[in-house]
Formats: sequence, C-alpha cells, structure tokens
Amino acid sequence: MSRGTTDRTLFDRLPGFDLSRALLYLLILFFVAFFLVPLETGLMTAFKTTQGVTNTLPFFPPLGEAFTFQKWVDAFDMLGRGLVNSMVLTVPATLLCLLFGSTAAYGLTLINWRGQIFVLVLFLIGIFIPYQAVLVPLSRFWSMVPLEEWLSPLYVLSFVQPEHAQLVELIITDAAYGIPICTLLFRGYYLSLPGDLIEAAKLDGASVTSIYRRIVLPLSTPMIGVVFIYQFTQIWNEFLFTLTIVGSADSPAAPVTLILSGLGSSLSGVDFGMRMAGAFIAALPTLVIYVLFAEQFAEGLETGG
Amino acid sequence: MRIPGLSGSRSDDDDAVRTDGGVRTNRVSRLRSISESDFVRSMPYWFVPFVIMGFFVYGGIGWNLLVSLTDYTGFGSADYGDLDFEMYVQALSSPDVIAASRNTFVLLVVFTAVCLVLGLALAIVLDRQIRFKEQIQTIYLLPMALSFVVTAQFWLWMYNYNSGVINIILDAVGIGRIQFIGDPRFVLGAVIFALIWQFSGYTMIVYLSGLQSIPQDQFEAAATDGASTVKIYWRVIIPQLKSASVSAAVVLMIFALKAFTFLYSMFGTYRPPNGSDILATLMVRQAFKFQEWSYAAAVATLLLLMALVVIGPYLYYQYQRGSL
Repeated sequence: MSRGTTDRTLFDRLPGFDLSRALLYLLILFFVAFFLVPLETGLMTAFKTTQGVTNTLPFFPPLGEAFTFQKWVDAFDMLGRGLVNSMVLTVPATLLCLLFGSTAAYGLTLINWRGQIFVLVLFLIGIFIPYQAVLVPLSRFWSMVPLEEWLSPLYVLSFVQPEHAQLVELIITDAAYGIPICTLLFRGYYLSLPGDLIEAAKLDGASVTSIYRRIVLPLSTPMIGVVFIYQFTQIWNEFLFTLTIVGSADSPAAPVTLILSGLGSSLSGVDFGMRMAGAFIAALPTLVIYVLFAEQFAEGLETGG
Repeated sequence: MRIPGLSGSRSDDDDAVRTDGGVRTNRVSRLRSISESDFVRSMPYWFVPFVIMGFFVYGGIGWNLLVSLTDYTGFGSADYGDLDFEMYVQALSSPDVIAASRNTFVLLVVFTAVCLVLGLALAIVLDRQIRFKEQIQTIYLLPMALSFVVTAQFWLWMYNYNSGVINIILDAVGIGRIQFIGDPRFVLGAVIFALIWQFSGYTMIVYLSGLQSIPQDQFEAAATDGASTVKIYWRVIIPQLKSASVSAAVVLMIFALKAFTFLYSMFGTYRPPNGSDILATLMVRQAFKFQEWSYAAAVATLLLLMALVVIGPYLYYQYQRGSL
C-alpha cells in the first residue's frame, strides 16, 4: 500500500507526464473498448432476429422488432447434450489432474534426491509439446483399447450409449496431458511453503506420508483452488483431443466445444444470432468462474500460462 | 550429505553409532539407507503420475516417430517392417508444407512480438495510481478467460464482409470493405490480430507482476537524477523485466503453435482458407481427413522440433538461473 501513496506524487514529479493524465485515461478507455467490442457485439447480436442481424448495426442493442430471445432457446436446444457431456468429462478429469499434480509436485519438491531435476524436466516438456505430435498414436491407441466392450454392462442404463465410452477416453487423455502443468503449479507453491514447519515435523519423526497429509495438503487449499479453476477452464475448452477422439458433432458424446464450431451454419450461411448465443452458452461456466475468481485465475495464468 | 532432506530420522542416527562393526553391519545399513533413501520414499508420490504422463507424452512421441517412418495410410494397420525417411523427404519438398511453415513462422513471430509490446505498454499504463484499476485489469484479461472455440466465433462475426464491425469501421473511415477471410493476403493477418486481442491481456498480467516487484526507490533515484520518464523505463525498468519477457514469450509461442483450435473453430473445416494454413492444421487434415497417417506423423515431428527449439533453450535458461 505504501507504494500506492508515493505513486501519485512521484507520477506528478516525472517530467513530461504532467499534462497527460487525461490522455492516459483516454488510452485506457480506448483499450477497454478494444477488448470489449467483440464481446459486446456478440451479446447484442445474440438477441437479434435474423432480420435484425442484417438490418441493424452489429454493436447496436436490439430494439423493437429486432429483439428476440429465440436464438438462445435454439442454441440451448442444440448445445444442451454437449453441456452435460462437457460437465461429465471435465469434473473427473480436473480432479484427477489435481490429485496427480499435487502428489507429483510433493514428490519432486519437498523430498530431496538428486534425480528430481531430470524427472521434473520430463514433466515440463510435457507442458509445452504441441499435441499434434501425439495425435496419430492417440487415435490408434484408443481404437485398440476395447473400452466400448468393457463398459457394455452400463448400457442397460437408458442414458448411456456405446459412444459415451469416448468420454471415458477423453477423461483419461485430458487428465494425462494435464498432469504436467498441474505439477508445475503445485511445485511453485510448495517451494514457497515455510521450510521450518516441515523441518520441525521431520525432526519429530513424521513420515513422508503424514507430512503430506497433515501439513502440505491443508496448507495447499488456496493453491488447490487456483489449479482447479485453471484446469477446469482448460479441459472445458479443450478441442483438439475432443475432435480426435469424438470426431463428429452429431455423436451422443460430443462435448459443447465440438457442437459449437458448426452451430447454426447451413448452405445459406451462418446464423450469427444463434452462433453468438451458442458461444456465450458454451463460455458460461468458464465466465462464471472468471468473474467469481478473477484473482485466482490471474494467479494461475502468471505461473502457468 | 543430502541437504535438507528427510534423512535425519532417529534410526539413521542409531546406525551411525553402530557402523564401526564388520562388513555385515555395513551391508545391512547400506541396504537400509537405500530403502529409506529419499528416492525410494518419494517414489509413491511422483512415480504414478510420471508413468501416466510418460506413457501418453513420451510413449506418444515415440510411437509417432515410428509411424512417421512407415508408409501407413488408409484404414488398415501400419507395417513397421519397412522403415525409411521417405515421408520426411515428401513433406519437406511439398509446397503446401513450405507455405504452412512460413505461415506458422509469421504467426509465431508477429503474434509474440506484438503481444509482448502491447502487454508491456498496458502494464506500464496500469502500473499507476489509476481509478478502477482492478476492474480495468479484469476487462483487459477477459478475452483470455474465453477459449479459442468461443473467440473464433466472435471474430468470424467481426470480420463478416457485410455486417462485421471491422468492415463497418473501415467503410466509415473511407478505406472500404475488405474480404478478410476470403482474401489470402489478409486472412493470416486477421487471425493474428484476433489472437493478439485475446492474449495481450495475458502479457499485461505477467509484466504487471514484474513491474510491481521492482522497488519504488529505483524510479525515484532515476527521477532525481533528471532522467526522463521514457529513459527511466528504457534504461532502468525494462531490462529488469527480462525473465518475465522470456517466460511470456515462450508461453505465447507455444500458444501460437497450438493455434489450430482457433482456425478450426472459426472455419469449421479441416481446411482453413487459402493463406492461413499452418503446420498444425495441415497435420490434422492429413491425418484425420485423408488418413495419411505416416505423412501426418512426419509433419507432426517437424512441429515438435519447432517447439523443442523454443523450449530447450528456455528450460536451460531457467536451469541456469536456478529457477527449476
């Protein structure tokens, strides 16, 4: 806070900037518009009739006859199944990432052995590789695993279809490729934990496991929040693996991202009202998280990217 | 001596007292020290995640390399008996791959550079006594909270020829409408611009936390020396943001290599419009549209090499700085 109070006086003393406070705000405002216009345009368009979309300026609010709520209803009809699939796949995959990321980070941080840097580097490379490099093997691998057969007892349930085995494949895939980044996020946090607390526990003869359960895990609650938010967003938005494993937007197992990319398009063109409404529906869970947890989201980004 | 490890437990001390005995005690204590070593004790924690991750990441990369050496196409199974580099020769001499590599490179460089510069500018502007700073920051970062799948839809609409905002603005200022998506001269630029819109908030956040860690007295000292604001930033402040820049640049480049999702979602097909094909889209198209598995695998290897060229030096740099 001390920084804040000195800032203003300093700012006034800096040469060449005396007059520029108004300009500064103008610049800030310009960029507020820059970042918001595509979103605002999308939102306005989503409430317009097809007529309204062609007849009014895209960023103008829908007035009078141009207003409709129908596009949201239509988009929701198309995406509803996808929203359920996305949720069914994102929550378990995120939890798996949290579990494995946290334990891996613990094993590679708070316990000292010389090889850990090497293992850590192997994890880190896993964050950065372009997934194209594993795509062909991934599709071969899942076509060889008879998961559809293994899950066949479940098909007596009316809402489970053979295609839903793809969701299990996606959960495992997303979890496996999410482990590296979660490990990195947790590791950064564990390095910042007070060392003497853990030292003291060691001197008392606490085992590796009890240190993890009694000290590290309770202390990492804030980081669990950060990683959950980050990873939930990542997996909810994931597209490449989904396209590879599920493939068709018509599949009963298609998540929301897959359905959205072709939503409302026909030979006569794209129904932009519906497409925009769909985009907001698909983004809703992540937007809610962002608005509620902006701070944790930024923290995850700073370390994770 | 392992530094602050978990080694100082009571049983170790007992051993140390008794080790003046014969060979046998020595061997026993050595065995015990191996079984209780930090390596073994840390195993249960990192080994399971490591195996899962390793199977999918490194198993995948290895298998991909193997596929790239075969002639695997169509719906059958691969023949691993006859391995050669034919697919790499084909890929490297294909005009499509060359054009896609050029586009990938342009995307990588322009996108990363502009995001860094714009992000830094925004961070410097916001690193002041600004009203509603938190809210402004949230707005600037908002596009980053959306996925490629979603932002691609917004920009498809923004670039629409008849009713898109960009064309309405261009028309209003007298430049005239541009076929951003249909014209190969503009489409890559349009995609890059949209990606910059999405990611400059991210670089802003990175730089902002870098700026906030610079002690205030450095500004003051330089200001009392009579240096101009521009000079203070150029000479004193920006050089200290080097590590923030490196990290942000690496993350941006990796995102640029992954821009596949943006392109696919925007156009809804495996084939992006002429002029915007990048290696990532080319690879997926060859694999999942044409079933040219080994050719696609070879292109994927090229993409992986590009990524490693970025990551390798970065990890080494981090290791040198002791921040791994």
